[in-house]
Amino acid sequence: MYCKRKLLPALILLVLPLLARGEVRVFACEPEWAALAREVGGERVEVYSATTAMQDPHRIQARPALIARLRRADLLICTGAQLESGWLPLLLRRARNPAVQPGRPGHLLIADQMRLLERPERLDRSRGDIHAAGNPHVHLDPRRIATAARLLHQRLNRVDAASAGDYTRNLEHFLAGWEAAMADWNRRAAWLRGQRVVVHHRGWSYLLDWLGLTEAGVLEPLPGVPPSATHLAALREHLAGEGVLAILRATYQDARPSQWLSGQTGIPAVALPFTVGGSEDAGDLRGLFEAILHRLEGLRR
Amino acid sequence: MPSPLIRAALAGCLLTVLPAAAQPAGEVAELKRMIAEMQQRYEARISALEQRLARYEAASAPAPATPAGTDAAPAEAPPAGAGVGDNAFNPALTLILQGRLNQYSLDPAGYALPGFQLGEEAGLADEGPGLGESELRLGASVDPLFYAEATFAFVDSATGGASVEIEEAYGQTLSLPWGLGLRFGRFYAETGYLNTRHSHAWDFADETLTSRAFLGGQYRDDGLRLSWLAPTDTYLELGVELLRGDAFPAGGADDESFGEAQNAYLRAGLDLNESHSLLLGLSWLRTRPGEREGNGFAFDGESDLAIAHLVWKWAPQGDSTRRQFIFQGEYFHRDESGLLSHEDAAGVALLDYDGVQQGFYAQGIYKFLPRWRAGVRYDRLWSDNTLALRSNTSGLTDPLDESGLDDGGVEPSRLSAMLDFSPSEFSRLRLQYALDESRGETDHQTLLQYILSLGTHGAHPY
Repeated sequence: MYCKRKLLPALILLVLPLLARGEVRVFACEPEWAALAREVGGERVEVYSATTAMQDPHRIQARPALIARLRRADLLICTGAQLESGWLPLLLRRARNPAVQPGRPGHLLIADQMRLLERPERLDRSRGDIHAAGNPHVHLDPRRIATAARLLHQRLNRVDAASAGDYTRNLEHFLAGWEAAMADWNRRAAWLRGQRVVVHHRGWSYLLDWLGLTEAGVLEPLPGVPPSATHLAALREHLAGEGVLAILRATYQDARPSQWLSGQTGIPAVALPFTVGGSEDAGDLRGLFEAILHRLEGLRR
Repeated sequence: MPSPLIRAALAGCLLTVLPAAAQPAGEVAELKRMIAEMQQRYEARISALEQRLARYEAASAPAPATPAGTDAAPAEAPPAGAGVGDNAFNPALTLILQGRLNQYSLDPAGYALPGFQLGEEAGLADEGPGLGESELRLGASVDPLFYAEATFAFVDSATGGASVEIEEAYGQTLSLPWGLGLRFGRFYAETGYLNTRHSHAWDFADETLTSRAFLGGQYRDDGLRLSWLAPTDTYLELGVELLRGDAFPAGGADDESFGEAQNAYLRAGLDLNESHSLLLGLSWLRTRPGEREGNGFAFDGESDLAIAHLVWKWAPQGDSTRRQFIFQGEYFHRDESGLLSHEDAAGVALLDYDGVQQGFYAQGIYKFLPRWRAGVRYDRLWSDNTLALRSNTSGLTDPLDESGLDDGGVEPSRLSAMLDFSPSEFSRLRLQYALDESRGETDHQTLLQYILSLGTHGAHPY
């Protein structure tokens, strides 16, 4: 009750300038959330993505341009689960925008609203740059994208109640298309179930979880630590005769480790777009999963 | 979900306790505490069980035909296990350990920058191995309005014991309207670019000659800062600082209500494209020192320092994990005039002083492998000081020379090169070599440095 009473004046304050301007400014930390905001927000939103598909979202600097963009944002949508802990807290302080501070409707961290995989049982930096809350890369599971769309829809409604009808229409349209697409992907990907893959970084866990793939090895000896020669050599021994389908890496990651291992073992190395914009055919969220599946289908013998 | 059951059980416990309300208040409070503790323990165990369940669910992998979102958490559900216990609200804690091995070809005790008076902390570190500053930093949001941060530096004091310095201790607002921000307490002033950076974030093992000469190493002070962030897509920030004026280049603060030092700054920045970004800044520090110590003299007069800086960063497609180039440069201009006095057992020396001092540094850092960076830095200082002896009853035979402001035809300069290796974001080892021409003769300086950072993931300021 207390919340609601405080919310109403806050909403009015938030909505008034929006009516004057006509557009909700969305600041997305990663391209996948920018793409989702375009789907659910439609023409009512102006979307800015802080990173591109060619950048590692763990390691971004609080660049002046990002501070300026966040200063005027009405809604922030990020992954959370400490993925952006190296730059987002600083950015929020420097941008000093009340509307997007933690706890406000304009502050949405997707992974913080979900159950995460790979929650570490022990926190110790000698195990690499691990995320205490669990693996944050939830966007590679299309089921979670649908959940994220609903979360975003709720927040857009709170930030810009005047356009609630538009957002609901956009959401329903998006989800209808999304579920049809998922049914198609599930059918096409059925053969992948139970296959084993090697990954460069544990960024693919949610994709693996969705497709029923099993992780046979990781090129990084520890999360965030670049692959070393000794680790790769050990991996080569370990993978000999294991019948692994592929070595997966993101298009922005160094190609050399996976190509070396591929040359040594004969397991094909595949570069997948990690997010929207990661390859030419991954122009939006559907394009992203189409592009990933297309590349995986290329492995079918 | 077992938790409603347990809650009901706990409520039952509470009900049986209630008739005992006649008991002394202390016992009731004790019981309440125990129940709260039990509840916390159960909640922790339940959330642990939930996590295990989630893991098993994940392991047993839902069939591809699962309808959308069924195994994803319900909307707006709090993350499992979050917020249990008091320590969820602990401030972010970082401990930085630094150490250096220093080797010089000239005696560091005779260090000077001709034409400049050095503040108390500016000079060379002792030769041989030694701890640098060990820093402990705590920071957290206080409430929706304030963020607070404090940095304590542990240093060896001159007398041999360890001392704790409060490097920074400030509060700042998080959500003032119109892009306004207020910071108050002790902080590094926005004079130039490098001054606000803590030493562990520098790209070289020691400070620039400009910082040493113009800012006494690093200028921090007590006061407040009001700044405004323009509502534009290009970053533009304006700010003013009212400072106590206790530290070099100010000094000997009187009891003026708004302090002896004022600083105004402007910073602008933008992304030129995906790969290039830029930060420009201007600042102007005005101080009226009453008794600034330097080279054994006290300075009483006015001192104005203007600084311009430029930072340009490049990384292929903005991905700085493998390759990056950073150019950084600052230009300093100081105008001072006033009276210098030296007092000793014999008497007093008085000098009239009017001077203009300038300097710059420029550096380039190149990351050529994910964990390796190399860099080059060039520093130069020059001065034009007019000194006149007013009277001398002191023991100094040549007060003009002793003041350090007579440059004797020397323009201090230094060329440094460094190579650093960072096994992770939390550790860094650095080798640095410098040809230091500050004193008119060449000093070969070799520095070996380590920086270890424990605790919270440090943020990366631009």
